[in-house]
Amino acid sequence: MKLVAVTSCPTGIAHTYMAAEALEQAGKAAGHEVHVETQGAAGSTPLDPAIIAAADGVIYAADLEVKDKERFAGKPFVDVGVKKAVHDAPGVIAAATAAVEAGVPAPVAGAPAAPAAPATKVDANAGVGTRVRQWLMTGVSYMIPFVAAGGILIALGFMVAQFADGSQGVIDVTQVPISHLLNDFSVLSGMDWAALLFHTGALAFGFLVPALSGFIAYAIADRPGIVPGFVGGAVSVAVGAGFLGGLVTGFMGGFLALWISRWKVPKGVRGIMPVVVIPLLSSFVVGLVMFVIIGQPIASLMEGLSSWLNGLSGSNLVILGALLGAMMGFDLGGPINKVAYTFAVTGLATEGLAADAVQYRIMAAVMAAGMVTPLAMALATTVRKSLFTHAERENGKAAWLLGASFISEGAIPFAAADLWRVIVSSVAGSALTGALVMAGGSAQRAPHGGIWVLPLISHPWWFVLAVAAGMVVTALVVIALKTTRRDPVLQAEHVADEQAELVAQTA
Amino acid sequence: MSTPLITPDLVAVDVVAADRDAATRQLIDLLAAAGRVTDADGFHADVRAREAQMATGMPGGIGLPHARSAHVTAPSLAVGKVPAGVDFGAPDGPATLVFLIAAPDSGDAAHLQILAALARRLVHESFRQSLKDATDPATVAEIITREVVPS
Repeated sequence: MKLVAVTSCPTGIAHTYMAAEALEQAGKAAGHEVHVETQGAAGSTPLDPAIIAAADGVIYAADLEVKDKERFAGKPFVDVGVKKAVHDAPGVIAAATAAVEAGVPAPVAGAPAAPAAPATKVDANAGVGTRVRQWLMTGVSYMIPFVAAGGILIALGFMVAQFADGSQGVIDVTQVPISHLLNDFSVLSGMDWAALLFHTGALAFGFLVPALSGFIAYAIADRPGIVPGFVGGAVSVAVGAGFLGGLVTGFMGGFLALWISRWKVPKGVRGIMPVVVIPLLSSFVVGLVMFVIIGQPIASLMEGLSSWLNGLSGSNLVILGALLGAMMGFDLGGPINKVAYTFAVTGLATEGLAADAVQYRIMAAVMAAGMVTPLAMALATTVRKSLFTHAERENGKAAWLLGASFISEGAIPFAAADLWRVIVSSVAGSALTGALVMAGGSAQRAPHGGIWVLPLISHPWWFVLAVAAGMVVTALVVIALKTTRRDPVLQAEHVADEQAELVAQTA
Repeated sequence: MSTPLITPDLVAVDVVAADRDAATRQLIDLLAAAGRVTDADGFHADVRAREAQMATGMPGGIGLPHARSAHVTAPSLAVGKVPAGVDFGAPDGPATLVFLIAAPDSGDAAHLQILAALARRLVHESFRQSLKDATDPATVAEIITREVVPS
């Protein structure tokens, strides 16, 4: 008999693997073929789909939610928990073979089998606060590619227009009607190319709020959430409620869809629930609430936020830049970093902004600050090798590229090894860079890309200078802090290095 | 990465302990003395939290306290032989062999594979028996280093 099994445990370092080994051994002893997927801390290699297809039955020896459980849908299974598999693997194997012989396939879940649905970042077992954050982050992570494609296309459109027709071109490019592209597009006209880039980008950008709202709802309610979420986001744009409205409609659409999908309905209606009833009812309610009740107040709030940002000038902007920079550097890709980043990206969604609007300057400041810490770690490992372990020096080489590409997470290995020294230095340098970019007036509308979107940034040399200044400060602070401490791992490595050198010399 | 999973310093051959908490603590102190755990109290709290979720006693006289923790610098194993036995909540009686597994919180997958390999070896009766038969720390460390290789 062929069996597949999934093992997991809370810590993911011991029982996951003991259960796997025990099941494999017990299976072999009983003459069965057992393949185990260990969903543990050392990463999990998914079972080959061919092996799953050939399997007669499934063993869940998992104390955590089984990842991608739908792969095993329809097969007979036993669900025993990890401890039972460790203590009594032969018994578990016997139970599984009995289940296979009884031949009761588990009922396939109501929805039609759909392979590879988009992943969400939601852990069903987490607390409320964590789940709200996970819902938000799911929305944000699906939104970013739209913003990236749209923002960069628009920026390229402006660049080409500037090239083709000077400063007037930048204004004209937004006026080119779409019918012109359809009927009279000329491959030799720079302005036509610029208009093509601009219009395509603007349409992609238009999905920003609907995608945010739709995928928040998707994270909450799964597939039924997508329609009310997207529709709510579109309504939010239509009434001028922007991304704030999109956040509201995402949650509202998600919970509505979730609630309706749990109604007890007659069998005849059940089939049309996901296709007709849930999207219809939930979209209508979201539309009603947004248009009639909360759309207007949120729109006023958005307007207030925009005019507040646009009213900021001089030193206030520099302080805002320093604050956002500090947030970017504080947890390097964690929740606080993401708050600052999301604030910047959603600002891009404001319509009809001038090229040097505050929203674009915020984006530039946030991006610059997010590049600082990985670059600084790279610099520090280069100039003061002896303060870093071998692994850190290797990470330092990669950190050059990660930092230059605005991937703050490149500094995480350093922060993990020496939390507060790295964070203190990171916050110092990132805040400085954020403030400097604001002071210099660099602006940019691409949400990601780091050094690679430098041509799209205004005052690019100032931007580079600000990043470099933050990088040097962070590197200096981290070197100073690290010089004062004695790291046992590091010392052990130094001793080993010295011995190796002695051996090499005497040889 | 190059730090071995276990050295003779991390083996205690005659642990005397009233309960699993005390036995665990003696092994944590070995890890702390070797510089593999930066904060013995903090790591102990993490191990206790894991132990509270589900007892780690295994059939065959094995106790297996473990945790992933920010206070751990390298994947490590400390082994204690407890001739008088100490209860680890296994259904068939007290543990005479205690393995304390310490995993760094930030460890990447390659880092943790050595621990996965260790857990897989622990299931084998012959492996456990050879450790029970070994009488001195050097032999215990040598057996583990030889038998536990990442697959």
